[in-house]
Amino acid sequence: MGIDVHHITKRFGDFVALDDVSLSIPTGQLTALLGPSGGGKSTLLRIIAGLEEPDSGTVTIEGVDATALPPQRRNVGFVFQHYAAFKHLSVYRNVAFGLEIRKRPKDEIRTRVMELLELVHLEQFADRYPAQLSGGQRQRMALARALAVEPSVMLLDEPFGALDAQVRRELRDWLRRLHDEVHVTTVFVTHDQEEALEVSDEIVVINQGAVEQTGTPSALYDQPANEFVMRFLGPVTHLGGHLVRPHDIDISLTPEPATHAATVSRIQRVGFEVRVEARTADTTDADEVSIQLTRGLADRLDLAVGQQLWLRASHDASALDLTDTPALAVS
Amino acid sequence: MRLIVILYLSFLLVIPVSLIFWRTFSHGVAPVWHALQDPAMTSAFRVTGIVTGISVVIDTVFGVTISLLLVRYRFFGRRFLDAILDLPLAISPVVVGLALILVYGKYGWFGGFLERHGFQVIFALPGMVLATVFTSLPLVAREVMPVLEEIGVEQEQAARTLGAGPTQTFRRVTLPAIRWALAYGVVLSMARCLGEYGAVSVVSGRLVNKTQTLPLIVDQSFQNYDVTTAYTASFVLAAIAIASLVVISLLRPKERA
Ligand SMILES: Nc1ncnc2c1ncn2[C@@H]1O[C@H](COP(=O)(O)OP(=O)(O)OP(=O)(O)O)[C@@H](O)[C@H]1O
Ligand SMILES: [Mg+2]
Repeated sequence: MGIDVHHITKRFGDFVALDDVSLSIPTGQLTALLGPSGGGKSTLLRIIAGLEEPDSGTVTIEGVDATALPPQRRNVGFVFQHYAAFKHLSVYRNVAFGLEIRKRPKDEIRTRVMELLELVHLEQFADRYPAQLSGGQRQRMALARALAVEPSVMLLDEPFGALDAQVRRELRDWLRRLHDEVHVTTVFVTHDQEEALEVSDEIVVINQGAVEQTGTPSALYDQPANEFVMRFLGPVTHLGGHLVRPHDIDISLTPEPATHAATVSRIQRVGFEVRVEARTADTTDADEVSIQLTRGLADRLDLAVGQQLWLRASHDASALDLTDTPALAVS
Repeated sequence: MRLIVILYLSFLLVIPVSLIFWRTFSHGVAPVWHALQDPAMTSAFRVTGIVTGISVVIDTVFGVTISLLLVRYRFFGRRFLDAILDLPLAISPVVVGLALILVYGKYGWFGGFLERHGFQVIFALPGMVLATVFTSLPLVAREVMPVLEEIGVEQEQAARTLGAGPTQTFRRVTLPAIRWALAYGVVLSMARCLGEYGAVSVVSGRLVNKTQTLPLIVDQSFQNYDVTTAYTASFVLAAIAIASLVVISLLRPKERA
């Protein structure tokens, strides 16, 4: 149930935007489609909504084969990055649009629209036009408009992409709370890993038209399937031919077994954390090793440039052996 | 710079048009009133009205359809179609008239067939509508296309996901978004149709009381030294054009604000 995508391929001319993608999105969850720009996230979302036609493959929504259905028969809610507000209609009429199309009675529409405007905190703006709203308010209106028709799935294409960092963060938390209240199966596209890790129940990493990995945020963060996923979900550095997270490196001031000797070349204090760059003798670590530690630990170790350290990946850290994955270029 | 523009507008537009108004009423309202009652004039009014009415409807339907086609769809030959859309404005209307006679005239390759089946095109209203439509065809499309381009597809796609079919989407989303451009295009096209002279003069045969339009009357009465009729018809034509432009420009800003 939920959404099932089977062997979807989509080409634009010679360019393969989606290459035999299969995916299962569970009912009632908040799923993030995460990946770099041009990876095919929007294309996949638009194919699910019926706004784009796949060259091959099928889409099933809540058990119904939707592949041949036009968008208006799929019962999906779609939210666009640039709001797609109906400029000539008031906020009220925007939200009422889907219900008016369905020819619901006037007072039923009134009740439902006011209920939704309250949900998105726009009840006092009902008579305004989209041009008189801020970006964040417009996007909340677009969400209410999509929710009005009680869609079986909500699809959001970078819903907060056009907003500034502050509003973006607010709306992101708000979306999470909203989802906990409404429980509709939701897929949202983002290329911001922090957003995906914070908000979603499940993340699908998409790159170059293919799914790299699917899993919960912590599963992806702790057990990345490959170098791409590991790099995409957070900062990485090299140590002894392995890819590790900078905060997963243990430092000791005396030589110990299975450690790598290194010399501190730079120390940078950023708020509550300290970033240390160190150079190892190991030739496989082309660049310097980056280490991230708390201010308290840095103060206790009393680090200084030129100092000798011994480094090792924490024993519970996620690390990728680069010699296992020779196909991926190390940049 | 501004002086040049003012001089330019005065000499090309304001002075000639004002002169027509002034000359029309130089002997008071009575002769004008009399000229308007003339059967040839009332017939010309009727013919002009019919031809313009039908042509504007065709122009509008065609203009909106071709705009949607050119802006919303990608197909082989689209750019070619876009390029030749302006052809009617580039070709001399007289040439258009002649071409229509070649095709639909009594001895034309299609006209003979039609005439044998009792349908006369040339020297009759259908030919005049064809000629008028041809010369004014791109006006609506050229007003509507940039606006369609500007509003983009997302509002339409949003409407689709909210349950609206293609027709509902057009009526509830696309049409309201292009309405002012469309109104402007219709007015332009109407003004053009009212004033069409060259092509119509060739295909109409200028049959008095039958296929004569207002512009043809202006020309003919002027040739015959019947200046009152000429000025009266000119005045009517100019007044309608200016009135419709004024109405549109009064309506437009109110909507935008
Ligand atoms: N209509 C189209 N015509 C041609 N190419 C397209 C079209 N739509 C998308 N593409 C191409 O398909 C690829 C995937 O596009 P898509 O919009 O799905 O990427 P995305 O993952 O959403 O990226 P972003 O994060 O930048 O939005 C891109 O390389 C894009 O250029
Ligand atoms: Mg995208």
